Amino acid sequence: MVKKTIEEINAKIKAGKAVVVTAEELIPMVKEQGIKETARNVDVVTTGTFGPMCSSGAFFNLGHPKPRIKMAKVLLNGVEAYTGVAAVDVYLGATQIPETDPANKNFPGEFNYGGGHVLEDLVKGKEVLLEATAYGTDCYPRKKLEKMIRLDELPQAILFNPRNAYQNYNVAVNLSDRTLYTYMGILKPNMGNANYSTSGQLSPLFNDPYYRVTGPGTKIFLGGGVGFVSWYGTQHNPGAPRDAHGVPTAPAGTLAVIGDLKQMSPRWLRGVSYLGYGVSLMVGLGVPIPVIDEDMIRCAAVSDGEIFASVVDYSESYPQGLGEVLTTVSYAELRSGEINVNGKKVPAAPLSSYYRARQIAQILKEWVMDGKFLLTTPVFNIPLAGGISDYQGLVFSDADPARGCHNA
Amino acid sequence: MKEKMVLYFPPTVTEQPFIYHLIKDFNLLINILKADINPRMEGRLVVEIGGEKADFAAGLDFLQGRGVKVFPLEQEIIWVEERCTHCGACTVICPAGALHLDRITMQISFSGDKCVVCEHCIKACPSRAMEARF
Repeated sequence: MVKKTIEEINAKIKAGKAVVVTAEELIPMVKEQGIKETARNVDVVTTGTFGPMCSSGAFFNLGHPKPRIKMAKVLLNGVEAYTGVAAVDVYLGATQIPETDPANKNFPGEFNYGGGHVLEDLVKGKEVLLEATAYGTDCYPRKKLEKMIRLDELPQAILFNPRNAYQNYNVAVNLSDRTLYTYMGILKPNMGNANYSTSGQLSPLFNDPYYRVTGPGTKIFLGGGVGFVSWYGTQHNPGAPRDAHGVPTAPAGTLAVIGDLKQMSPRWLRGVSYLGYGVSLMVGLGVPIPVIDEDMIRCAAVSDGEIFASVVDYSESYPQGLGEVLTTVSYAELRSGEINVNGKKVPAAPLSSYYRARQIAQILKEWVMDGKFLLTTPVFNIPLAGGISDYQGLVFSDADPARGCHNA
Repeated sequence: MKEKMVLYFPPTVTEQPFIYHLIKDFNLLINILKADINPRMEGRLVVEIGGEKADFAAGLDFLQGRGVKVFPLEQEIIWVEERCTHCGACTVICPAGALHLDRITMQISFSGDKCVVCEHCIKACPSRAMEARF
């Protein structure tokens, strides 16, 4: 049995001797060399994903003017940020739209600008208009502030996304006879298309399906900079149905992530608009997977043909919360551009960029190989089932038999 | 020969069956790419017309003789590559197969010669990488 500790792997990284491959490059290696040999040879597997992640945003400390202000309402390029925290701290959410946006009054609305775009403008180095008003207090007398701000002038800017890196997601179709405008893109009537949104075999949590090495404290690629997993994400649902390989076939685990916005780049944080739905932020995220044993390789070697997603009707089942699944299809089928749903051939399109996901895994691989990106051990394992975590004991249990890909 | 063009119909002729005559009397192949009648009853048709050179010329003479204005198709769709994230959302929206996702490289490419200027991609592209130019 091959066993490696993260400390041993880090020693190899520092010595420039670590063998690092992307999750995509790993697949043919395992086919050729087998699991045991690959586990011995490979130290780190890098993953990546680049897709719309609505549950994203950033905390800003906007800095105190003289005299001081306790901001009650804040607009950044016309997009409202939440002010219910300390005086000049605000949170700007990716899906916030300007108050002046007609939204869906003229259906389908275009949603050309919103929170995600403000975040992109800031990381581009552009000036953004800050408008703040306040009711005024003895300690914070100022009632109005209007100025242009740039990201590099702000005391702090912290990207904090409560739900990213979904482990699997629905394939959206439309069984009705009218076009639908959804967060899964435009869905043509009578199953005219099927839209999906994960990077499959490259996606972080498909390669660590039982969250053995990915948890709070895990150092990651985030938006082009270095970030961390801060917690499990909102709607984390590890109890979703899993196939024989342990891979969920429906939306399952999620990650909450955090990082310094000032390190990030507009290439990996991109404001996006979904017709008739709203705005969002495309986030680039990559997780390095330390090869601690053979089972880690078995999990990370999963390929698109072995990962299945649920096809869901967005005209009825999804909006009404009925939970009906039409069928499951593999990511190999999805990536071929056409899937078969109950006998009907349906063109399939991704909303997340596999091309960019591949680049993220490659960049992360280079960071690790350069010796400047060391791996971290999660502070605790994120919950595997039932919504109860072992975090109270702060136990890192990589020996937990429930967390292995033993069936594969 | 085959050419894409824009036909403008003044309100006085909007209700006449021009396409029927182009097909039946002039033996032309008509592919309607976009059709629109505005509230002022002006018609605008983006079409691809194909056929023998003599038929083509006679068909255009017929249209112009009846008050239809014929313009070359000068509007084009531009793919702003640096804004494109290569996600692929556009590929099922484009009716002409002009936006293509290579299944090996997983990169988007745009073929202007296949584009029918329906403009669907402009609003379907989440990162607004498609633009119309006149």
